[in-house]
Amino acid sequence: MRQRLVVIGNGMAGARTVEEILARGGEFDITMFGDEPYGNYNRIMLSNVLAGIEDESGIFLNDLSWYAENGIRLHAGVRIDRIDRYAKMVYASDGTATGYDKLVIATGSSAFVPPIKGAHVPGRGYHQGVFVFRTLDDTRAMIRYAKEHERAVVIGGGLLGLEAARGLQNHLGHVTLVHAAGHLMNTQLNAKAGKTLQTTIEQKLGIEVVVDGMTTEILGKNAVTGVKLAGGRVIDCDVVVVAAGIRPNSAVAADSGLVVERGIVVDDQMRAVDEPDIYVVGECAQHRDQVYGLVAPLWEQAKVLADHVTGVDRSAAYHGSQVATKLKVAGVDVASMGQQGAEHADDELIEFAEPAKGIYKNVVVRDGRLVGATLVGDAGKAAVLIKAFEKGSELPENRAALLFDLGGPVAEESVADMPDEEQVCNCNGVSKGGICAAVAGGCKTVGGVMDATRAGKGCGTCKPLVQRIVEWAAGGTIEEDPAASYYVPGVPMPKPELMHAIRLHQLKSVSSVFATLGGDEDAKSKMGLASLLKMMWGEEYVDERDARFINDRVHANIQRDGTFSVVPQMKGGVTTPAQLKRIAEVAERHGVPMVKLTGGQRIDLLGIPKEKLPEIWADLDMPSGYAYAKSFRTVKTCVGSDYCRFGVGDSTALGIALEERYQGIEGPGKMKLAVTGCPRNCAEAYVKDLGVVAIDGGKWEIYVGGAAGAHVRKGDLLATVGSADEVMVLTGRFLQYYRENGNWLERTYAWVPRVGIEHLKKVLVDDAEGLAAGLDERMTASVGAYRDPWKERTEPATPGQFRTSLPLIVLPQVPVRA
Amino acid sequence: MKPIGSVHDIPFGEGRTFSVDGRMIAVFRLRDGSIRALDAVCPHKGGPLADGQIDLKQVVCPLHLNAWDLATGCSLSGQKPVASYPVRIDDDLLFLEL
Repeated sequence: MRQRLVVIGNGMAGARTVEEILARGGEFDITMFGDEPYGNYNRIMLSNVLAGIEDESGIFLNDLSWYAENGIRLHAGVRIDRIDRYAKMVYASDGTATGYDKLVIATGSSAFVPPIKGAHVPGRGYHQGVFVFRTLDDTRAMIRYAKEHERAVVIGGGLLGLEAARGLQNHLGHVTLVHAAGHLMNTQLNAKAGKTLQTTIEQKLGIEVVVDGMTTEILGKNAVTGVKLAGGRVIDCDVVVVAAGIRPNSAVAADSGLVVERGIVVDDQMRAVDEPDIYVVGECAQHRDQVYGLVAPLWEQAKVLADHVTGVDRSAAYHGSQVATKLKVAGVDVASMGQQGAEHADDELIEFAEPAKGIYKNVVVRDGRLVGATLVGDAGKAAVLIKAFEKGSELPENRAALLFDLGGPVAEESVADMPDEEQVCNCNGVSKGGICAAVAGGCKTVGGVMDATRAGKGCGTCKPLVQRIVEWAAGGTIEEDPAASYYVPGVPMPKPELMHAIRLHQLKSVSSVFATLGGDEDAKSKMGLASLLKMMWGEEYVDERDARFINDRVHANIQRDGTFSVVPQMKGGVTTPAQLKRIAEVAERHGVPMVKLTGGQRIDLLGIPKEKLPEIWADLDMPSGYAYAKSFRTVKTCVGSDYCRFGVGDSTALGIALEERYQGIEGPGKMKLAVTGCPRNCAEAYVKDLGVVAIDGGKWEIYVGGAAGAHVRKGDLLATVGSADEVMVLTGRFLQYYRENGNWLERTYAWVPRVGIEHLKKVLVDDAEGLAAGLDERMTASVGAYRDPWKERTEPATPGQFRTSLPLIVLPQVPVRA
Repeated sequence: MKPIGSVHDIPFGEGRTFSVDGRMIAVFRLRDGSIRALDAVCPHKGGPLADGQIDLKQVVCPLHLNAWDLATGCSLSGQKPVASYPVRIDDDLLFLEL
């Protein structure tokens, strides 16, 4: 029998939680109780309804048919009076009793009305003309009444009060906002920010604002005629809206014996204290002393709750939320997060104010991290700041860049200002308009847009810009792409988990990984899995040729016309007359259309048809240079101390030794190395995945994570060592650590900064985690398993391995150069 | 339907190009043993589709990683479609209809 799930509360928290449970395939018999007689609507949008911007029908999230379609019994307009935790029953106001196996309490909050004289009429509820602003019914009543009256006072200058004041202006002539604290939105903003906001509200919107105003009495015999403040001042009005805050609806829980402080106290799985079958979510929950009144934490709580109650992830835990918000308050842009100002002596407060324009901005930095920020009147930097705040990411050296878009090359281009036809992805020719069209067409993740448009799928340098355009075009409704963390798209696991599962289930072939972990075979995941499995299992790896990319099937690099390039190994870029002669003879005999020197100091034979590859390899009789694989490629060297007047180390010999040892080692991305004989850097070692630089005194510097492709980066200094042997060992250790930890196609220039050079020094040089011996051992095993793939030429590994796939029609062929 | 070759000409999970009445056809042998046939030429930039990687649904062109549905020939990455052809196996022989 299916378990019975009862949800008390049909607001945003209750309904969202049920959606999350359904999304996880949760098999429950679901009953929901809602105090309000409607389906579930977006409470945040009530301000828009009040302001006349949005129609009532536009704010419903789930209408009644949604409940029916999902087999949910909804009791709308029925309140739960009591929970019997022992009998597992809930008792409703209509006299019915309902049993449950799992209970979710999502009762939300209600408006808090301070004890003001005259707010209530004994026996009749609120005084006529007094409203709170919480539900759709409140909003309807307020609109109806306001239309027939003239002057309103809103009590409370927080977010809700400001929204109410702005909305009421739509319906009557004069609005006064009375706030008990010294400045508006004092929970979120400091005094300066609050004053700036006040000036804008008063001057631009024409709302009269009274701060430090304690309302002591609501006047009027039958209907409201005014409010009286503590100093004796009376403000005439005929409508009063109390928006002085909210209080969690926890009375039923408290009466039923649950632990209630400010809200219902929950653990990290969102369960009420000592109640394994009762969950609490949303504004009525108190987690680690925090009660949240915003929607973002609620979404996070609902996910954890659903993971746990469905059993999809019993270890799911909610750790609290960093509350960052960006909103339009009464038409003014406001963003706030974390601290309002400096709290510790060491906190840096960077502040900018331009009162005439209604702009105030600040950021608070502690230990190089953003711990707070406020933006009023110009929230252009909000997205950047929220990201830095939530992720704790590194901040720009020039702190002013946090508050302003500075000129110069470091500034991010404003996405909004870009013309639609501007090309964003220069590799695949995708414009801003193309990206926006994909978003408009329903793609709501960066990965989805990249797949649909191919933007960012070339060299990858435009990815951050693509991401910003997608975020902008989606207007904040961007969805987190879980696949972004997967090692390959077809198996839903990040690399460490995937490797663990592969070891656990002893998966030695790509097809067995799909069968055990991934479900359907995925063409776009095969190559990454093949690389990983080969690295992990070495000789034991079960090599399925279809898992390989064409380059790896035929050990050559496919070209635009479907022919291949052949690059024989030339260790350290050193060759001999005999070798050159042989290459020349082969090129002549086979009419090779183009012979070219590569950037890696080798010779490239281009335009070779697939079916001729084995013959060419046999004629060359040289090992493969691996110029086609995600693997160790070459070691570029300079002539070093042998001939060069300036050389201080034998870079050529070391380069040859490195290539001899690490030839053909596969990894998550290409590995291009160099050894240079002095800091003049003729072999460009500073911009290699691993570059070695000889320095005076017989020492070698090892740089890692450099690049000089689409992305240019100088490597970070990993170590300075005293011998070539140490270079050999550290190189192997670094490459192995990268092989085991880098994401698929993540080059070292991205991986090194991601894990951090200090971490690499600790692990690889100081061996602080005791990993070095294992890394060295596994690398040695891989080195031992090396076989020259070009020996695979007498017997094809598969039927038709080298059979042509070229069509008979004329293609744009690379022209023959004489 | 015409016989075009043996099913053993194609390893599991790969494709091979066959010439049929002067047309080049890429024939794929899926890992579940079934066979699909598409035009051999990628309509994007002329890449050899038989050299692409496949799964049970799609082939990915080796040149620019555009993808096509193996059953219908429809592009999965916004390119023009390729023609697909009925193909079957009889006694290990491949038969194809243009």
